[in-house]
Amino acid sequence: MLRELVDADDRLIITGEAPAIDGGTLDVFNERISEMAQWVDAMNATDNTAAHAHASNVACAIAIAQAGVEPILQVVCRDKNRIACQADIVGAALHGVHNVCCLTGDDVTAGDEPEARRVFDLDGPQLIRVATGLSGGHYLSGRKLEPAPPLFVGAVENPGAPPVGYRACRAAKKIAAGARFLQLQICYHADRLEAFVEELERQGLTSRAAILPTIVLVRGARSLAFVDREVPGIDVPAETIARIEQANDQAEAAYQLGLEQARHALSLPGVRGLHLTDFRHDGSLSRLCRDLDIPLKEARRAYAHRS
Amino acid sequence: MGIVTTIEHALKKPLFGCHMCGQCVLHNTGMTCPMTCPKTLRNGPCGGVRENGHCEVKPEMRCVWVKAEERSRTLPLLPASWRQHFHELRPPVDNRLAGTSSWANLLSGRDKVKPNAWQSDEEDTAS
Repeated sequence: MLRELVDADDRLIITGEAPAIDGGTLDVFNERISEMAQWVDAMNATDNTAAHAHASNVACAIAIAQAGVEPILQVVCRDKNRIACQADIVGAALHGVHNVCCLTGDDVTAGDEPEARRVFDLDGPQLIRVATGLSGGHYLSGRKLEPAPPLFVGAVENPGAPPVGYRACRAAKKIAAGARFLQLQICYHADRLEAFVEELERQGLTSRAAILPTIVLVRGARSLAFVDREVPGIDVPAETIARIEQANDQAEAAYQLGLEQARHALSLPGVRGLHLTDFRHDGSLSRLCRDLDIPLKEARRAYAHRS
Repeated sequence: MGIVTTIEHALKKPLFGCHMCGQCVLHNTGMTCPMTCPKTLRNGPCGGVRENGHCEVKPEMRCVWVKAEERSRTLPLLPASWRQHFHELRPPVDNRLAGTSSWANLLSGRDKVKPNAWQSDEEDTAS
């Protein structure tokens, strides 16, 4: 379990983002997550990523669990008020979904229905505290939950977005609110990631929450340019895009960029593992894990049980 | 609208863009109103701040929290405790107070009323 891995302190943790799904059946979903399922300890069921409606976080988290993978329920504050957010968390817990990742969420204007009403009744740090309260056996109102769901609460943070010097403080706030793991936004500025993790390490917070930098596997320079242009909070330096663009084999160069970022992240003291997002779906995720000498999930578990 | 509410709005709207949430935290946020953030975030900047420090939602506007964080450090005459309070976890907004006077709510203590199970940082440290 993710909780045990985080508590274990010396175990590598690999999480991943399940692709958003819009139609079809569970078979389609299972097929889409099958490669990632072999490698990750837990998989995020996203909550209307980039403010686009998709099959719901709760439904996908249950589907992930049914596929034999430990799910992480992402909950964003954009679409639902405090009552609905709590209901989703408690409802998913009925199905054995106990990991919760709390996000503020992209704004509605990032999506394809920018005319929608934005909610943000809670913000990310407040949602962490509310979810932690649920695991303590009460709703925000004080009404009791018996038995209390054994939730394991985490969050995200963006080490690369301004105000860059404040991001570690914000992470500290989230850890104080109850976050036990932090999946970091992909960061194309190695120095910013380094300074961020170093500050958390200095404050002794990396032993309280598992820090998991994100690695995104993309196909080439066009994808990077898209991320740079369209995803708020992610800056891809022009020279990084140019390096991929000018390579003889763009797909290979983009893969090597991901590998290089992963190696760098894992080399930082205080980093417990990685959070993986795969936009390539061409076997690169497996290749990345092999190139990093990360064993399959089952092998990692068997090894941990032996030792 | 009472006379106090009218005066508060008349003063704070032009100065801070006050939205009359009725539970003012300006002094803890570098005298920058968090309700002017399009997401009305009370606990710091979201992950969508642009590279130039501007807002994800309104690209022409500087991020409210980039401004707040900077001012909480650099604004002259701010008491040290106000600067320190910047890092506090602020509770969810009580939507019933919208449109009421935060001055009146401060005097009556109404703005300190939190959801029953909201655990503040101090309680957390004590437990």
